[in-house]
Amino acid sequence: MIRFRYIVIGLAAVLILGGLVRAAESRFPPPEFENGHEFPQTTTPQTREGVFAYIDSIVLLGTLGLATYLALKKRRRKAILGLTVFSLLYFGFYREGCICPIGAIQNVTMSFFDPLYAVPIVVIIFFLLPLIFTLFFGRTFCSSVCPLGAIQEIVLLKPISVPRWLESGLRLFAYLYLGLAILFAATGSAFLICRYDPFVGFFRLSGNANILVFGACFLIVGMFVGRPYCRFLCPLGVIFRQISRISKKRVTITPDECIKCRLCEESCPYGAIQKPAEQWTKEQYKKSKIRIAFLLILLPVLIFLGGMIGKSVKNTLAQMHPTVRLAERVRMEETGQVEGTTDASDAFRTTGVENVELYEQASNIRQSFGLGGILLGAFLGFIIGMKLILVSVWRERKDYEADRASCFACGRCFEYCPVEHKKRNERKQQ
Amino acid sequence: MAEKSPDRPDRRQFLAETMRYAALGVFGAIGGITLAKRHRLVKEGLCTEDGPCSGCSQFVKCYRPQVWQIDPYKCTACGNCATHCVLEESAVKCVQVYPICGYCKICFGFFEPNPYEIDEGAENQLCPTGAILREFIEDPYYEYTIDESLCIGCGKCVKGCNTFGNGSFFLQVRHDRCENCNECAIAAACPSDAFVRVPADNPYLLKKAGHS
Repeated sequence: MIRFRYIVIGLAAVLILGGLVRAAESRFPPPEFENGHEFPQTTTPQTREGVFAYIDSIVLLGTLGLATYLALKKRRRKAILGLTVFSLLYFGFYREGCICPIGAIQNVTMSFFDPLYAVPIVVIIFFLLPLIFTLFFGRTFCSSVCPLGAIQEIVLLKPISVPRWLESGLRLFAYLYLGLAILFAATGSAFLICRYDPFVGFFRLSGNANILVFGACFLIVGMFVGRPYCRFLCPLGVIFRQISRISKKRVTITPDECIKCRLCEESCPYGAIQKPAEQWTKEQYKKSKIRIAFLLILLPVLIFLGGMIGKSVKNTLAQMHPTVRLAERVRMEETGQVEGTTDASDAFRTTGVENVELYEQASNIRQSFGLGGILLGAFLGFIIGMKLILVSVWRERKDYEADRASCFACGRCFEYCPVEHKKRNERKQQ
Repeated sequence: MAEKSPDRPDRRQFLAETMRYAALGVFGAIGGITLAKRHRLVKEGLCTEDGPCSGCSQFVKCYRPQVWQIDPYKCTACGNCATHCVLEESAVKCVQVYPICGYCKICFGFFEPNPYEIDEGAENQLCPTGAILREFIEDPYYEYTIDESLCIGCGKCVKGCNTFGNGSFFLQVRHDRCENCNECAIAAACPSDAFVRVPADNPYLLKKAGHS
């Protein structure tokens, strides 16, 4: 009997509470008009995203194919430049730079780590197509499809050459950027590449001041140093570098026998043309053998050191995650280290989640940053070690050649090659 | 170095070719795994193939083209939407769902909650840009409509309406304006994690009349 009474009381309480909640939803009952006024419809302007997603994929495939044809078969700088302008206008100014294959790295990474995130098909296409094209034909995506490359290609006025050691050193930033972007995407903290995209503000003709200034700096530097973003920062660029080393086809400077006139050497604004390598002397061979042996021993040491450094900065890295920041703020408010509240901590309290639960979430995230930091540091150590090893390796080269990794397939060198001109004239006469 | 024979690739070529197909395999695996995962999420009912994702346990991150939207029940109307959008004029605007609105004479989405004097004077308007139109329907009912060309998405009216009224005003990403950035700058600044990805063909999360 007692139990029955409790049930009645409980039911009554539920009903009253439910009623209160309901009342809060609708404190003032919506009117019933006597003059026949009807409720207007809330407008819901539709997005064009659905249609465009598929058009974009087709345009991407088309431009990639055309870029490849122009760079490898047609060999005309003007045609390549024309396609570059088209890509800048379409992917850049018309489609306003989202989604791009560079940013897609993060979506794909996130899909591997976030159990509830599935990548839209379009993003998978945007990620894989340029990779496959680069694997078979070299960096034709960079030449005239990527809008970020295109805007830099167009502002280039008077290129100065960057010394090889400096270029190689600065490229470490790109590896660091790639590592950080993957780490933050994997932990669900942020999409770093999108947040610091320097040119998207120009494509949209709007953006916050920091990014516009950052982008303007790149464009100004880009007038004198060819493609600074692509060479020193682009995270996809360093992936492309590696896979274009094993590409099936590649840009060749001369269509025929190189006559070593050296005219092309100056034409490349990206320092991608390599001189014929002289045969090393016995002395040099011996020295370099010892150096490589030393560096091979150093490699694991560098990886280990990198890992240690990565581990030590895990708490700084974890700050990038909003949950970690929120947890720290809530803890500080709880212990009275700070006065007042923030929007985020207020919003957290209305959810009714216990503080302890939040702290536990944050500490889990910090832990994954611990492992991520070690991997990131080890990766950078490995890259530095490999860079050192590669400079000590001798490779035979008889002609002037485009470096597979650095060549953007822009086609400038074609126009400088006298053999190319001779061929063209022959073709015309036929 | 031995002369290259055309039908016998040298060691370097052989290695490159092997690595090329290995790389192709890796790309295939990446594509395959992501697609398989998408398929699994669809199967588990976390994503639906067509129609709105209403059956989802959470606002889905499914494989269809996705766009950003604000979950109105999580939004705290903090004001970040007005200032953090990459567009100069935010893509977030206030919307009014009329069947929820009480058509109040003194609307605290429209008027300051602590005016000098409680009357209907224009100086008591809450909206900083005067984007809310107040129209007499019949005594004592007034209709409130947002002029979207003036709305900056600051959410002041939303806060007023949620605190004192029915909550028929709330913020939504307007998809005639939204650029659909891969990382939404407002989502990154949102204090209550209210930004979610929704399918592009059903891109609004409107409050329902009589929601409980």
